Amino acid sequence: MSMAAARADAAELLNASYDVARAVYQDLNLAFIADWKQKTGESLTIDQSHGGSSKQARAVIDGLEADVVSMNNPLDIDAIAKAGLLPLDWQARLPNHSSPSWSPILFIVRKGNPKNIRDWDDLIKPGVQIIIPNPKTSGNGRYSYLAAWQYARSKPGGSDDTAIVFEQKLFANVPVLDTGGRGATTTFAQRELGDVLLTFENEVSLIRGEFGADKFRVVIPSLTVRADNPIALVDKVAAKKNTTKAAQAYLQFHYTRAAQEIFAKNGLRPIDAAVLKAHAAEFPAVNVFDVDQAFGGWPKAQADHFADGASFDKIIAAAHR
Amino acid sequence: MTLSHSQSAQTLPFEPLMQRNAAITEARWVRATLTAIAILFLAGFLLLPLLSVFVTALSKGIGAYFASFGSAETQAAIKLTLLAAGIAVPANLVFGLSAAWAITKFEFRGKQFLMTLIDLPFSVSPVVAGLIYILVFGAQGWAGPWFSAHDIKVVFAVPGIVLATIFVTFPFIARELIPLMQELGTDDEQAALSLGASGWQTFWHVTLPNIKWGLLYGVLLCNARAMGEFGAVSVVSGHIRGLTNTMPLHIEILYNDYQFVPAFAVASLLALLALITLAAKSLLEWRFADQLAATRRH
Repeated sequence: MSMAAARADAAELLNASYDVARAVYQDLNLAFIADWKQKTGESLTIDQSHGGSSKQARAVIDGLEADVVSMNNPLDIDAIAKAGLLPLDWQARLPNHSSPSWSPILFIVRKGNPKNIRDWDDLIKPGVQIIIPNPKTSGNGRYSYLAAWQYARSKPGGSDDTAIVFEQKLFANVPVLDTGGRGATTTFAQRELGDVLLTFENEVSLIRGEFGADKFRVVIPSLTVRADNPIALVDKVAAKKNTTKAAQAYLQFHYTRAAQEIFAKNGLRPIDAAVLKAHAAEFPAVNVFDVDQAFGGWPKAQADHFADGASFDKIIAAAHR
Repeated sequence: MTLSHSQSAQTLPFEPLMQRNAAITEARWVRATLTAIAILFLAGFLLLPLLSVFVTALSKGIGAYFASFGSAETQAAIKLTLLAAGIAVPANLVFGLSAAWAITKFEFRGKQFLMTLIDLPFSVSPVVAGLIYILVFGAQGWAGPWFSAHDIKVVFAVPGIVLATIFVTFPFIARELIPLMQELGTDDEQAALSLGASGWQTFWHVTLPNIKWGLLYGVLLCNARAMGEFGAVSVVSGHIRGLTNTMPLHIEILYNDYQFVPAFAVASLLALLALITLAAKSLLEWRFADQLAATRRH
């Protein structure tokens, strides 16, 4: 009887999240469960579902009952909002456009940097092989592509036209386009293909831990993009499951010092300036732009660059001609 | 023995010294080359990958191998796979028997259509098999809102996984039995019925003993596919760790998390299942070859 009663009391949250956030949420969920128990006396279970960001959004739209979503791209939460499960202005509901952590795109090169890669210009030299996942299918690839574009047009005399030429040279040096970030990492680190891997900073610690710390070196380019990792309450689901209060507290917990420390520990840059400063050794200063400022928001960037027949398709066609 | 042998030698004094199969007329080197190609092909495409699963699983020692099965998520995945197969196989056993019985023992309209329908899961891609359940039971699907209003979860929960598993394993038992029962014909059953046996007695004492080995083989194949299904289950799973991940899905997750030893350890379980299935099949064919052949030659 008491067991059954306890289970009925215990709220159960489901967080539908993207692929690589598993380690972060293992720690963060435990911390929040303890915090919630202390504050309210209620025990809470948090289940995790991980998959490609867009695939997860699709599942939530189709009925995966996630109270909370954490994605690596605001477009995916927009898609859930358009399906009517949460308000369209979700970004305004939590600090920093609802993104408690972020990560820049960096270069990873092999030990000793044999091709002497220092910045974007070194990537388009003949004979350099670059590993980038497909921008059509991965957030990772989209960010890398946009960073290259922004770099090329910010150079003296640069414009959108020179950016196209730059991207053509860049993608001519890409031997394989993996479908996701993890696939690209495996191609570079395990199959040992390519001279440089473009990926999120939070992948770096994982690669070092798994494949050997001394085998790779990180190169920080003169300009790169910041990828924010937005979170949101799925209002309709939480209302139905009667978990809105706990889910909201869970989201707010992402901005506490304890949670920000957990992000930092897992290689994601915290938005809390003090925590970031405390981890300055792991997170050296980077010169970043964000997609909203530089490309007029994700929907516009998507339409201009990644839709069928848009810039990326033309660039790939030209690069492989 | 020696007597009969010498006798036969006496009665057949010009028995050829070497037995030759008259059908084989190719030169020796042609036969050797063809055999070598077949063996190389098998080794390269089947044996080597299978071996590499076990090599990777054991690459960090036997301790690490067994430790892989200690995690709660892995155990939940194994349990869910056993549950899905445990429901799908008996369901398809009943269905396969009924369908094969109906199709081979009776004449009715739409028989050909029923047979085509049974084959459908073979011709449909597993991804489509999963998507049809999303389209029916998903939140945007036509039955989804009703189920949601009644608080019944189908997709992204265990029922969806079981449904998808039943769908993809649908034809295995029926497909194994139909040709066998067609060859057997209805003579035995008619004899039993004319001697006064009831329908159930006829099935139990006449039909079942005739088809038992074929049936067992169908169950083995059905079970192997039920446990190994990836595509259809992946679409309806929702990938909730510890709740809706089956073994194949869990293997992918472990692999993507760079946990190679646990990933291949779980994979080795599935590979073992395949090997056991194969061994059981070979044993059946070897031990009961005469019976199988007898029933098939009727």
